[in-house]
Amino acid sequence: MADITLKKIYVKVWRQNSPKDKGRFETYEVENVSQGSSFLEMMDILNDNLVREGKDPIAFDHDCREGICGMCSLYINGKAHGPDTEITTCQLHMRKFSEGETITIEPWRAGSFPVIKDLMVDRTAFEEILQSGGFVSVNTGGVPDGNTIPIGYEDSEEAMDAAACIGCGACVATCKNSSAMLFVAAKVSHLAKLPQGQVEAKRRARNMVAKMDELGFGGCTNTGACEAECPKAISISNIARLNREYLCAKIAE
Amino acid sequence: MTILNSKIPAGPLAEKWSKHKASIKVVSPANKRKLDVIVVGTGLAGGSAAASLAELGYNVHAFCYQDSPRRAHSIAAQGGINAAKNYQNDNDSVYRLFYDTIKGGDYRAREANVYRLAEVSPNIIDQCVAQGVPFGREYGGTLANRSFGGVLVSRTFYARGQTGQQLLLGCYAAMNRQIAKGGVKMYNRHEMMDIVKIDGKARGIIARDMVTGEVKRFGAHAVVIASGGYGNVFFLSTNAMGCNGSASWVAYKRGAHFGNPCFVQIHPTCIPVHGDQQSKLTLMSESLRNDGRVWVPKKKEDAIKLQKGELHPNDIADADRDFYLERRYPSYGNLVPRDVASRAAKERCDEGFGVNNTGKAVFLDFKYAIDRLGIDVIKARYGNLFQMYEKITDVDPYKAPMMIYPAIHYSMGGTWVDYNLMTSVPGLYSIGEANFSDHGGNRLGASALMQGLADGYFVLPYTIGDYLADEIMTPKIDTNTPEFDAAEKEVTGRLEKLFNIKGKQPVDYFHKKLGQIMWDKVGMSRNEKGLKEAIAEIKAIREEFWKNVFIPGEMKNVNPELEKAGRVADFLELGELMARDALTRNESCGGHYREESVTEDGEAKRDDENFTFVSAWEYTGENQEPTLHKEELVFENVELTQRSYK
Repeated sequence: MADITLKKIYVKVWRQNSPKDKGRFETYEVENVSQGSSFLEMMDILNDNLVREGKDPIAFDHDCREGICGMCSLYINGKAHGPDTEITTCQLHMRKFSEGETITIEPWRAGSFPVIKDLMVDRTAFEEILQSGGFVSVNTGGVPDGNTIPIGYEDSEEAMDAAACIGCGACVATCKNSSAMLFVAAKVSHLAKLPQGQVEAKRRARNMVAKMDELGFGGCTNTGACEAECPKAISISNIARLNREYLCAKIAE
Repeated sequence: MTILNSKIPAGPLAEKWSKHKASIKVVSPANKRKLDVIVVGTGLAGGSAAASLAELGYNVHAFCYQDSPRRAHSIAAQGGINAAKNYQNDNDSVYRLFYDTIKGGDYRAREANVYRLAEVSPNIIDQCVAQGVPFGREYGGTLANRSFGGVLVSRTFYARGQTGQQLLLGCYAAMNRQIAKGGVKMYNRHEMMDIVKIDGKARGIIARDMVTGEVKRFGAHAVVIASGGYGNVFFLSTNAMGCNGSASWVAYKRGAHFGNPCFVQIHPTCIPVHGDQQSKLTLMSESLRNDGRVWVPKKKEDAIKLQKGELHPNDIADADRDFYLERRYPSYGNLVPRDVASRAAKERCDEGFGVNNTGKAVFLDFKYAIDRLGIDVIKARYGNLFQMYEKITDVDPYKAPMMIYPAIHYSMGGTWVDYNLMTSVPGLYSIGEANFSDHGGNRLGASALMQGLADGYFVLPYTIGDYLADEIMTPKIDTNTPEFDAAEKEVTGRLEKLFNIKGKQPVDYFHKKLGQIMWDKVGMSRNEKGLKEAIAEIKAIREEFWKNVFIPGEMKNVNPELEKAGRVADFLELGELMARDALTRNESCGGHYREESVTEDGEAKRDDENFTFVSAWEYTGENQEPTLHKEELVFENVELTQRSYK
């Protein structure tokens, strides 16, 4: 079971010093990477080499390195979070790559996610969508006992399936339209499945969709790429639920 | 010399909090609007505090180093959150949760704080349900519970293996609502660099914009530190890469005492280190010990073959397996508390019975549970964890035992605070993992989430009013003052100094060196000689760091190496304080194990006669020995006993 060591790989990576910089690909060699290392540990080795050569290391977002914070956001060999399913970039391991391979790394590419530097993008647009209605308006205190409203097991499980979204943006980066529908649908569905979310359901669907459109995300054409690349396997059926919620809200207007 | 005043209210334990709430001051809504509060960190503690304070009407300014408050490391907590709801009718109560927490913490926490924590715990669950947190449910629609280590009742609420995520998304949503309303001004990708004091009171912070590199000033009537723990001083830990101790460390340098720095928790079930390219460690939930059996081979020759990869664990007969936890602790078995399980694994590996190529791993085997319950039951219980394990290690835990080893997980120590959660600097508060207050020497599973949310939702919003009520005549804090000038100059000066060293080694080189010393000498097992060596060695690395670190890139741009350098510079000081504290505390208690203080059969031995106190360290200047203050712990309600899990 011991992992072998890749003697040499080539990393072709997007370098862009600032939002206004034009940007270009650069290729680096990385030697002696254990296949037991994670993809981001390989990036650490590359950056360590660059720093030792006096060069600027590659900027990329990452934090928890266990697939839950949603910070990491690399497009690897043409796939969001790289060549494995139901994981984030930080959970990807070098076993998925072979000796002498050239690995291409790009940032998320979407008009609503401008590049900050190299592989780092600005996902503030997601924040703004959630601020427009992704919550239940309750203040701290003065709420009923947790068992006052029973919630069916299936409803609760479905709400949890949708609530598992980590807000990484892979759905947007993968979508040919750069649509944020899966992201918005996940939040709308999560709250639509729970009694606590009902009071504001209409306003929520209306406001979040309007905000999404305002921020320049594209429309959904049901290609399903978002579902395929989502590290948390959020189902596209949530988009159907969002459409229904939105329609109901519009009819009620 | 400062005198520690914990401000614990008088009166019977169960009445302290309600009497205190009735006696502290309240700020009128009209005046709240005029007051600014800074919150540093947006995990469960900071996020819940920011949202709750804004709902009350204060102007909140919240800061996080990530690109969104939702990414704070609370998000990674798996197992659950404790609350004394007694929904299972198993005779749980506020008192029982209080007692379990005090005992689990090895009698090194304050009774009054812990009782309050237990008292507000039921409100947390209600609050989270109202926000739409999808807790696990029974078929009848009521909330489900699971059991956790170190207790006899079932009081842990959970949302699959993602409880921290769901609770954080709950308070993040509450924050988002306030951001939209203008109650919270959010500063993402900002790192706090200093605290500004005017006339002895905390009046603002200096922060660096991590995108532009700009150093900025922010004024407020009070500052709240909610920046989490300092486990990354060990380099390898279960913390996120960006977790750091710098906000707490700056607070310490500005006069806030540091409480029990040597108390860190080592979690027994983490995926072992795979080699020297490792950047962080991944936790496997404590819940796995409900069904997994921990073992190593009985025969050393088997262990050697396993280490060389010449033998498969499944080929070792049951009779040749040493289920050492069941052997040493027959009554608790595989479910002994975290500190005990961690030390027992280390003991076997130190004796040469480790099972992987580095000799630093033990087996956690589900074969027996699968035989007993069937594979489907195990899949339903732990499917997501097994998947995570397989993705990382390429080993299928349904077919071969998991390999695990202890890793640094949580810091019980932190900024010293009084009952109001105020540090020794007036107007400076510390909440959640950043403070020292509720877990004593060891934290029980599923209690970190409880404490973070208790502080942020239900304690700080009350206690901060007592201070701010006297500030209603203070106008908006002007940041064009000599104090802000000086603080900003100091921050910029330090950044420039780091940047201009232009030495030969990257920051990680020093961080890894520090981490190794911390793990070897200030880790799971500590002794006087090792701790003294650690203090000297850390000093030497610190000197080397300030001469030979290299930071590339630009000051005024995204610069992760510069960010790391600042954090590691602080860890190089904090590590030494941890060693000092560990040296002073010549007893074994909770996560702190001194080899000089053990029972005849090798178990940890607490020394209540000499060490029933909180160590509160006061900063006295650069390269000066800090002063130790002792806050005596008074136990009026529980009797101190030696923990035994045999």
